[in-house]
Amino acid sequence: MLTTFGSFVLFLRGMVTRTERFRVLWNRTIDEAILIGVDSVVIVSIVSAFIGAVTCVQIAYNLTNPLIPQSTIGYMVREMTILELAPTITSIVLAGKVGSSIAGGLGTMRITEQISALEVMGINSTSYLVLPRILAAILMFPLLVIMAMLLSILGGYLAGTLTGVMTAQDYVEGIRTDFIPYNILFALIKAVVFAFLVSGISSFKGYFTTGGALEVGAASTGAVTNSIIAILIADFALAALLL
Amino acid sequence: MIEVSNIEKSFNGTPVLKGISCVFESGKCNLLLGGSGTGKSVLLQCIVGLMKPDIGSITFDGTVYTNSKIDIRQEIRRKIGMLFQGSALFDSMTVAQNVEFPLQMLTPEMSPEERRERVEFCLKRVGLENAGNKMPAEISGGMKKRVGIARAIAPQCTYLFCDEPNSGLDPATSIKIDELIHEITHEYNITTVIVTHDMNSVIEIGEHIIFLHQGKKLWDGTKDEILNATVPELKEFIFSSSLVRAAKRIDEETEGGISAFAEESEAGGGI
Repeated sequence: MLTTFGSFVLFLRGMVTRTERFRVLWNRTIDEAILIGVDSVVIVSIVSAFIGAVTCVQIAYNLTNPLIPQSTIGYMVREMTILELAPTITSIVLAGKVGSSIAGGLGTMRITEQISALEVMGINSTSYLVLPRILAAILMFPLLVIMAMLLSILGGYLAGTLTGVMTAQDYVEGIRTDFIPYNILFALIKAVVFAFLVSGISSFKGYFTTGGALEVGAASTGAVTNSIIAILIADFALAALLL
Repeated sequence: MIEVSNIEKSFNGTPVLKGISCVFESGKCNLLLGGSGTGKSVLLQCIVGLMKPDIGSITFDGTVYTNSKIDIRQEIRRKIGMLFQGSALFDSMTVAQNVEFPLQMLTPEMSPEERRERVEFCLKRVGLENAGNKMPAEISGGMKKRVGIARAIAPQCTYLFCDEPNSGLDPATSIKIDELIHEITHEYNITTVIVTHDMNSVIEIGEHIIFLHQGKKLWDGTKDEILNATVPELKEFIFSSSLVRAAKRIDEETEGGISAFAEESEAGGGI
């Protein structure tokens, strides 16, 4: 475990020493941002809208005390969405989609000697292949999390009003009650940390793939499971440290 | 010229290279010959810097490569072109983009127009002037090898390394690839190192052959000397091929060496 962590640190260090030219990195980062960010919009939208809807309906189901105002449902949907559901669930979804893609892509490049070809040309392969992926993830995860927050709250609104469990006025009132702007910042910090973990771990798993197609599949699976575990540990650590 | 001095390499305590010393001559096709698992590819990877030898040194035209500063290693690497066994073309790029890639990365001072001209020249040189817009998945194995050669020579490399350039190719395509490597080596006075176990390549382009067996260099010489080599392991290796047995027979009849056999084969004499 310690050896693996040490290798991971050396891997990250190699990525930032002897970096390629800024223009090359910029172009690569934009390409990766499209793959990581734009191509994930649909899945993140669907997941976040339904999570908001389900959260709203389930809170309404549990709030049976007539002394508690209906606006509490909107308040709780907002708090749960911003603090936990949007950053964490979005990142777990992206760990599955983006993490497996990164590990599979790099693993395939490794076993087909494309990474060796870069190295022989004198190109720092970690800087060229991995750094743009990590930068793109750090750039796109927070944007996707912001989108997930909005869609989740919108999903809660639609579910609450369309099923008749509450009025639109109560929901909006709850959304606006006791809003703490720091929670948004906290969610974005989580998104950046999760982005680094997902992209870094997946790249590490993919980059050091050895063997053949079977091992590429194993690297992708390992990347997803390790990323999810890392997200959950970091989620707890950040909550304990920053809240 | 590349000089390899006393290279040793082990994996998990198992020695793979046992003190190999040899010289790869400039402007010649240098063949690293040997059976499977004799350490040819490991030696090649040590020379190009994909693996670090445990002991020994490698010198490129007088500049020590092993254990030198990263800047020196980078400088030498930029003079290296390599054709990989599976071609190692970048899947996401077209053929032309693959050839242009080292130019973009290594020679930023070149204008896009100059790069385009160089790509066209290299593709034409390997006979693929009409394949620039194709993806690697759309071309044959032989064409991939040619693209790999075009990519290797695009930045005007000084050293060309080929890891089993004929693997997976039919005999006719193999000969064409061998001829292309041979022509390019002489045209640009490149130091070419070819890892192979293909005796056809020895007959076609073996100007300087180094025979490896169980991690040791047992013999080196030219293709004309190889038939009369006295090393038992080399004799066992080369005469396992009926082609070489026929070459030996012609050699004995004509005393012209393996070159005479190659000439006779080209003239249609056959085996």
